[in-house]
Amino acid sequence: MSDTLLVVTEQRSGEWNRMSLETLAAGQKLAAATGHSLCAAVPGHGIAPLAGELGTKKLTRVYAVDHELLASYTADGYAAALEQLIRKVQPSYVLFPHTYQVRDLAPKLATRFNQALICDVIAFRHENGPVFVRQLFQGKLNADVKPAGPAPCFVSIQAGAFNPEHVEAGTAPVEPFTPELAASEIRQRPEAPFRESSGAVDLSSADIIVSVGRGIKEKDNIPIVEALARAIGGELAATRPVCDSGWLPIERQVGSSGQTVAPKVYIAVGISGAIQHLLGMKGSKTIVAINKDANAPIFEVADYGIVGDLFEVIPAMVEEVKHSIVAH
Amino acid sequence: MKIIVSIKEVPVRDSQLRIAADERWIEDGDLSYEMNEPDAYALEEALQLKEKHGGEVIALCAGPASAARTIREALAKGADRALHIEDDHIASWDTLGLARLLSSAIAAEKPDLILTGLQSDDLGYGQTGVVMAEVLGLPHATIVMAVEVLDRKIRVKRELESGWFQNIEMPLPAVLTIQSGINKLRYATLMGIKKAKSKELKRIEVGELLVIPAATASIERVYLPRKAKQTQMIEGTAKEAAAKLIEKLKFEVRVL
Repeated sequence: MSDTLLVVTEQRSGEWNRMSLETLAAGQKLAAATGHSLCAAVPGHGIAPLAGELGTKKLTRVYAVDHELLASYTADGYAAALEQLIRKVQPSYVLFPHTYQVRDLAPKLATRFNQALICDVIAFRHENGPVFVRQLFQGKLNADVKPAGPAPCFVSIQAGAFNPEHVEAGTAPVEPFTPELAASEIRQRPEAPFRESSGAVDLSSADIIVSVGRGIKEKDNIPIVEALARAIGGELAATRPVCDSGWLPIERQVGSSGQTVAPKVYIAVGISGAIQHLLGMKGSKTIVAINKDANAPIFEVADYGIVGDLFEVIPAMVEEVKHSIVAH
Repeated sequence: MKIIVSIKEVPVRDSQLRIAADERWIEDGDLSYEMNEPDAYALEEALQLKEKHGGEVIALCAGPASAARTIREALAKGADRALHIEDDHIASWDTLGLARLLSSAIAAEKPDLILTGLQSDDLGYGQTGVVMAEVLGLPHATIVMAVEVLDRKIRVKRELESGWFQNIEMPLPAVLTIQSGINKLRYATLMGIKKAKSKELKRIEVGELLVIPAATASIERVYLPRKAKQTQMIEGTAKEAAAKLIEKLKFEVRVL
């Protein structure tokens, strides 16, 4: 079935990773453009309800890849199971959501087919075959990437690039697929996932967030943005590198590895806007960006932007707020 | 234990990027380079593991002759020796080919552990470590936030999404991709810089590694992203822009 496109979905303990549906939307769009038939697979154990749910989407076939050794994710177990499925289905394209799990799994799987994963794709075009768009330099540039080499072509789709509400309904038969797996082939021993005890900071309920990135340069400069947060009644937040450096506690980190926030206004100070950060805040109602680099990707999601030196702009904002309070 | 750390040199973080005339890559002639940040954390983790358990840390890098500067930095920070796959056109190799080159260069070393950063700040494919593990037939774990060495095996803390973590055990030898922030980076000391000059830096030619390049994808065009949102850019001096912004937050956004 070399005219097939296969979407591999992701679930944990019977719950979808939301990006699975985004990837399904991408798959339906790509299949419509290329004329391929679209199949979807859900690997795991006890995943019949999820496979059934996929059976209500516009797909040619659903593969329920079920085995007790797939109950918890392991790179070895999942790569072996999906390798067997792909050899059977022989798709031209295999699409994944670009999750942390896929980053662990898909490059390994692609290597077994003498392919490299075209990862973190945000869009595609169809010109004598698909051309995939992905970001370079932490989102500062885009690149058009054309697949080459033997089929299948492995692609992973970035979070938020396709709308899960665009998934078209339909009916598709569910086919059970039982991979041949042996416990002795699986070298990783995973323990139960856990959350670290987080501090009392719940950024998700804040109306105003003032967030600071590497542009602040050093810990001693943090009070500059802290003063703005205090003046306008906002919570202070930060990007991962700022928390990694110990300039602010990790409880204040916004992004794919920290908190996801959607305040009324998010003021990004000295934040370039790497995708990992954008994923945590792009749902904010209003986004303000203050950055010295006019090409910083943060301006792509900003409603208001100031290209300037934060060390001048932020104190001026604090002065302005104080002044206007006096004027009342 | 013998630890290999794979490092990459990338343009410094705040580089002003200009697209090359052929629109296939950036103008890279006048850029400055530095060690890819996640790789710097991988190097630090290797040095700390060596301090705790003894052994040897070997830096591995594929890049042009000028990458020797970054390799010397790794040696100055404490790596014992280095392997440099020296080639001016290393960027033309895709992830799979590059991982095969790196794997071939270290096959004879028989390391206990291979560390690298979880991704590069330029291409951002985030695959080199995982593909090396597959090529070498070793188990791997990605996005690692802690490493504990046990008897002939390791226990690592993997980062999952949204503040979740998971511990995983696997036998050695293994490959780990290291997340930024796992440790606190050290600076090279003057003594370290001096010592680095006499440490072994072995140059390897691509031709010696017997890897046949087979491109799996090609970059057709590089360009500035088109803006998804209409942004109101606020002009003026810092003071004027600050005043205008506060006014907009009050009367347009109505949050103040």
